[in-house]
Amino acid sequence: MLKTVVLHNVLMETVIRRRRSDSVKMAAGQQWVLVEMVQAFYEAPAYHLILEGILILWIIRLLFSKTYKLQERSDLTEKEKEELIEEWQPEPLVPLVPKDHPSLNYDVVTGPPSHRIIVNGKECINFASFNFLGLLDSERVKLKALSSLKKYGVGTCGPRGFYGTFDVHLELEERLAKFMRTEEAIIYSYGFATIASAIPAYSKRGDIVFVDEAACFSIQKGLQASRSFVKYFKHNDMEDLERLLKEQEIEDQKNPRKARVIRRFIVVEGLYINAADICPLPELVKLKYKYKVRIFLEESMSFGVLGEYGRGVTEHFGVNIDDIDLISANMENALASIGGFCCGRSFVIDHQRLSGQGYCFSASLPPMLASAAIEALNIMEEDPGIFRVLQDKCKHMHKALQGTPGLKTVGEPLTPALHLLLENSTGSRTNDLKLLRAIVDYSLDRQIALTLARYLDKEERFLPPPSIRVVVTVEQTQEEMEKAAQCIREAAVKILK
Amino acid sequence: MSLLLQTYEIQCKNHTCYGRQKYLAKIQVNFHLLRNKTRPHEGEDSFEEAPMYVAVLTYMNYGIVILFGYFRDFLRAVGLEKCHQAQEREEQRNFVPLYQDFENFYKRNLYTRVRDNWNRPICSFPGPFFDIMERVSDDYNWTFRLTGRTIENVINMGSYNYLGFAENNVDFLKTVAEETRQYGVGVCSTRQELGNLSIHEKLERLVAEFLGVESAMAFGMGFATNSMNIPALVGKGCLILSDELNHTSLILGARLSGATIRVFKHNNMQSLEKMLKESICSGQPRTHRAWKKILIMVEGIHSMEGSLVRLPEILALKKKYKAYLYLDEAHSIGAVGPTGRGVTEHFGVDPNEVDVLMGTFTKSFGAAGGYIAGKKELVDYLRSHSHSAVYATAMSPPVVEQIIRAIKCIMGVDGTTEGQRRVRQLAENTRYLRSRLKKMGFIIYGNQDSPVVPLLLYLPGKVGAFSRAMLKRKIGIVVVGFPATPITEARARFCVSAAHTREMLDKVLQSLDELGDDIKVKFSRHRSSYRPELYDETDFELDS
Repeated sequence: MLKTVVLHNVLMETVIRRRRSDSVKMAAGQQWVLVEMVQAFYEAPAYHLILEGILILWIIRLLFSKTYKLQERSDLTEKEKEELIEEWQPEPLVPLVPKDHPSLNYDVVTGPPSHRIIVNGKECINFASFNFLGLLDSERVKLKALSSLKKYGVGTCGPRGFYGTFDVHLELEERLAKFMRTEEAIIYSYGFATIASAIPAYSKRGDIVFVDEAACFSIQKGLQASRSFVKYFKHNDMEDLERLLKEQEIEDQKNPRKARVIRRFIVVEGLYINAADICPLPELVKLKYKYKVRIFLEESMSFGVLGEYGRGVTEHFGVNIDDIDLISANMENALASIGGFCCGRSFVIDHQRLSGQGYCFSASLPPMLASAAIEALNIMEEDPGIFRVLQDKCKHMHKALQGTPGLKTVGEPLTPALHLLLENSTGSRTNDLKLLRAIVDYSLDRQIALTLARYLDKEERFLPPPSIRVVVTVEQTQEEMEKAAQCIREAAVKILK
Repeated sequence: MSLLLQTYEIQCKNHTCYGRQKYLAKIQVNFHLLRNKTRPHEGEDSFEEAPMYVAVLTYMNYGIVILFGYFRDFLRAVGLEKCHQAQEREEQRNFVPLYQDFENFYKRNLYTRVRDNWNRPICSFPGPFFDIMERVSDDYNWTFRLTGRTIENVINMGSYNYLGFAENNVDFLKTVAEETRQYGVGVCSTRQELGNLSIHEKLERLVAEFLGVESAMAFGMGFATNSMNIPALVGKGCLILSDELNHTSLILGARLSGATIRVFKHNNMQSLEKMLKESICSGQPRTHRAWKKILIMVEGIHSMEGSLVRLPEILALKKKYKAYLYLDEAHSIGAVGPTGRGVTEHFGVDPNEVDVLMGTFTKSFGAAGGYIAGKKELVDYLRSHSHSAVYATAMSPPVVEQIIRAIKCIMGVDGTTEGQRRVRQLAENTRYLRSRLKKMGFIIYGNQDSPVVPLLLYLPGKVGAFSRAMLKRKIGIVVVGFPATPITEARARFCVSAAHTREMLDKVLQSLDELGDDIKVKFSRHRSSYRPELYDETDFELDS
């Protein structure tokens, strides 16, 4: 500010001097004044005129502009501040949850949540836990976990970087990579954190992610953490996805320099937990190369379920696994342990060892859980027939549930976790949930353990409709499945009318 | 100024035999005295500043490595040096590059040089000793090959095994084995669906009882306990005041919540109060609407600084300004307090005054997972709204049993005094190690009662050398540098455990003493006395 004032003064002075010399001449010969002035005007160099012009404009501006600020500074006095602090009343930390809130009181399971499960004191057949391959009860897995417990104790007391890497972790990573036929695998200690950490490790602010609307909650959280642009396409609708990709292509042509640094990803689930159907992977791969977008695939529901050897949706469609940039799955469903893993090419996966937040900043997986997962993999490798059995059972259950009055079965025949939706909604989510809960309770009384699919209504990007989850496992016999389907039918008839 | 000159003269007279560096260091001390920086009082956190020349050297050190990095990148570009890094697939070469260049530059040229100091695989339980699997690199740290040999009985100064519950004693683990036999390891469902086992509820009741609060809820992963529950507590229109050095999980949770985040200086009450005052007065940005609520987020013991939260001051501020307090006790639960109940007990504060008590089971309890505890309303709300309860698989039953056993042991309900012995042993070990290290002339950060003991190395070149030399002496330590710490403050970190015996600590101390001289990392200027002090058990009575 001071600088401009000084500069201004200097300039003003030159103007005044010039005017003074003009006026002296004027006094000398009045009649020559006009001529001289015009002459001087012509003789003066152009820069001088421009400078003078600017100065005149500047003076006019100064004359008309206000030198003071209209808005006076309104600093608060200490007393006013104290009053404000005194007056401020925060909301309570958490709102009071009504006692009858549907998700406040959990069903209590006593004993192991295996094929036969005791829910709220009633012994039932389990149609609710994602124990697809029945490995939770496997004696072999338990024994392996026990021997691991004997050697390593329980906790690892550190993240992977700080002496939390055990030989079993390395072995499990190697085994998973080998099982999936990829270069490398990386394990996380929590299933939810796997894809939620993997996405922000690659996709940063300014990058673009194309996501299916039915994507599960951990994908949504990963996207939120990445702070990237998220573009949702209609569930399994490749035309809609291509439309978005084309839009982006046009956008890119406008600013090719920017386009060269914006990373793009498609994030899909192999088998959607919320929609119970399979993603059209071959089409996605075509789009990947056409529009140069990387694909991240979440396979928590399809790993150990789809494909001849349980390798998931890539095997199901016969897609080259190297065409998928990253596959993530948890070890909490088919493998019946805890944790999750990502696998793919080393070029991609290795990056997470420094950038995957859930990997770097969390204690590593307890060794006994890793050992259990290794043994579960052993079983899966030794007996690939198990996947065929599961797939047949899924088809059977899917068929058995067709035609349940008032309930719509959502999901593909190969899906081990189906959804039962109300055919006619009451119009209110709460009432719908109550009706479905009544069906669950009816079944619980008849030794069939089901559960409602739970969501956080306000947090979900696209809230799925209320539903009952029906989970198929290899341990369920034909009769048990028939019984379950029969029971659900009865309940539906009775409750939905 | 005259005082300064006077001291200069005295220094010159008294220390003519000193080397130039030490002389410079002495001058620095005097500057500090002039700036009224005195030694911290007993019980306060200490953060001794390094001599100026160290900072200069550190920057130079980075400068040289970076220059070398550019040079080697040039060599790689012209093909004179082989690049060992994994490469993008041929088919995807024309895609937008997956990684930014700088990120890769740091990893390629700086991290790779010292990479062998992290991710060292171990093949035993992480007790006071562990066995490290020997690895070698044939390509300058790009890849490692396990030789099949193990370095046995390495003293473990790196694991967060504060109370020594990382153990494989069959008698202690009897109940855990039983649970494994009965339940298996997984649950295969979420808490809200069919994964709510009765032992989860048993654990939660026990945690609440242990902490002395109404209610508690447990989650499968410590990191996720923060990142998946903070969004349930605060949201748009709320303000989070977060300590600048808060753990990534807290930062992630805050970011996911959508609340406004403001950061105050580490453990700095003036900064916090100023921020509270200004925030309440000015309200939300732009609209100036009043904040819905204000949540202060702090950690009990900081995992890299070893500092202890100033809980009484924060509680006073919180009351004055009607804010809520979220206290992350990941490293402090079990590790401080006369009976191991964390920082609230350490400061003699009623735990019910803290709105949200969070902690992990990974460290002191030698298990995995985390908890949130507090008023019943809080926990009820989390039971119905926590992301973790709805979408994440419930905790593994054997892990739950391990926590139950550890807590019972600390509480003494298992009928032994073993738990209390461990708590006292940890406190003793902590003070012993810290005071000895200080006497040796290392710069040690943090509180005298904090079992997290950071030893400042500053120069990145010393980081690798220090860790390798310690491993050679069969001591496993953790070293950290940028980006986990500020760029000039690379450090080694020791985690004291109750399982460490005096002999082990003495061996560690002796090695550190020798190494400190060899590698020249005794940067402290507070070495007041060279007189060796006598230590015996009675020096560390904690009941005072």
